[in-house]
Formats: sequence, C-alpha cells, structure tokens
Amino acid sequence: MAQIIGRETFTVDAMQYAPQLFSTALRMTRNRADAEDLMQETFTKAWRAFDSYQQGTNLRAWLFRILTNTYINKYNSQMRKPIETELDEVEELYLFKRLGAFDQSQLSQSAEDQMLEMFTDDEVKNAIEELPETFRIPLLMSDLEGFSYKEIAEILDVPIGTVMSRLHRGRKAMQKMLYEYAKERGLVNESLLGPQDE
Amino acid sequence: MADCQETLQELERFLDSELPPGRSEQILSHLKVCSDCQGAFEFHAELRIAIRTKATSDELPEGFLDRLKSCFGDEILGQDASA
Repeated sequence: MAQIIGRETFTVDAMQYAPQLFSTALRMTRNRADAEDLMQETFTKAWRAFDSYQQGTNLRAWLFRILTNTYINKYNSQMRKPIETELDEVEELYLFKRLGAFDQSQLSQSAEDQMLEMFTDDEVKNAIEELPETFRIPLLMSDLEGFSYKEIAEILDVPIGTVMSRLHRGRKAMQKMLYEYAKERGLVNESLLGPQDE
Repeated sequence: MADCQETLQELERFLDSELPPGRSEQILSHLKVCSDCQGAFEFHAELRIAIRTKATSDELPEGFLDRLKSCFGDEILGQDASA
C-alpha cells in the first residue's frame, strides 16, 4: 500500500538522500560551489513541485530526476544534442584483461579488498570527472543513480541505443583511466602480463 | 545456452538488469559451466560496486544541510495558508 507522506515527512526523507545527491552533483559540476548551488536549486524545485509528487513513487529516483534535469537545463544544453564527443576507442574488457599486471604483493589476499585497494576514491572521482559530459552524465545516471536505459533516454531525450553506446564507451574509457592511475601509483608491473599473443 | 562470445557481449546489459528474463537465464546457465566468463562477470559486478562506493564518498561542506533545509521554504507555506 502506498504511504501518504506530508511535507514534513518529505523534508526529513529528502534530507536523508542529500549526501548521495551531493556526490552526484559534485561529479556533474566538478566543483563544490556549483554543486552546492545545484543542490539548493534541486531542493527548492522539489519543495515547489511536491504537490505533483506521486505518492508511493520512489522519492530517491524523483529527487535524482530533478537534480539531473536541473543540471542539464542549467549547465548544459548541449547534452540533448546528438553530437558524439571524441573519445578514443578502448579495447573490450580493458581492465579485466590487465588484472594479471597488478602487483599482488602490494594488495590484500581477499578479492573484495583488492578491488577497493586497486583504485583510490580520488582516482575513481577523477576518472569520472575526466569523461566528456555526453558520456559522464549517462554513466552517473546508470552507475550512481541506478536509472534504467529507458529512463536515461527519456531524461536526456536521446534514443536508447545512444544511451547504451555512451555507457559502453564511457565505462571502457574509465577503466583505461583507472588502469593508468594504478600504473602511476606503482601498482602495476606490465612485465607480469607476459606475451600478448595467445 | 549462450557461448562465451555472446555471453560477454551481454555483460553490461546483464549487470544493468536490462536483459529480458529468458535471455538472463541463458547467460546464467552459461556462467554456471564457464569459470572464465563467470570471473569476468564477477569482476565487473565488484568493480561497479567499488565505483559507486568510491564516487559517492564526499564530505558535505560545513553548514550545508542547514542551508539545504532553508530551501524548504516559507513561500509555499504562505500559499497553503491562503488556499
């Protein structure tokens, strides 16, 4: 049964999503002042639009939708145009194929911990923020916000195929950047990869 | 059942929960018998989690939540009162 919430409950519930929304706003705008402005605008709009909030729908998704729409309208009208920004082609499964090059002596035993040690928080944030906007926004909407292809296509007003291709290319480019960062940090020894001719 | 090439081609749509149910089952039955593909799927699933966790670890600016709360403003309350 859908729960009917009033404005007071709404403000409490919305505040609980503020940290996640702020992180996404930061990855979108790439600076704290603009991210804070974007958040304030998002929350102001959410408050004003509360009457049109469909009771029982996912509040988190509703707020992310307002955040993303606000960002696109305010900072980036280019997003909805079908220009494909230059992004180098990256080999499929780029990172997975290079796992053998990670120096095991510098990493934990457990696979789960290893994954967290291979890349620092700042490296992941930088890799996302380095992506051209046409790739970065769909990636944030999918990997951080959890929107479906269809929802992303609707919000960005592009075909679903475009969403899938931008996600695919953006993710690969990000993997390549993460690998380069790990290399710079001395975590990678490429001689461990052995001959690439199998 | 799907082969390795087909399975790896569906990796992203599978992790994005975008495959039709029948197709997901074909992929899953391949993963059960193919440890190479299973390894690739597990790696990407874990990578997804690591990226989400690390990309959302930001400290809020000082006083941020209070400033945000003030966005839940008076004007609407005023409108409500006059309605």
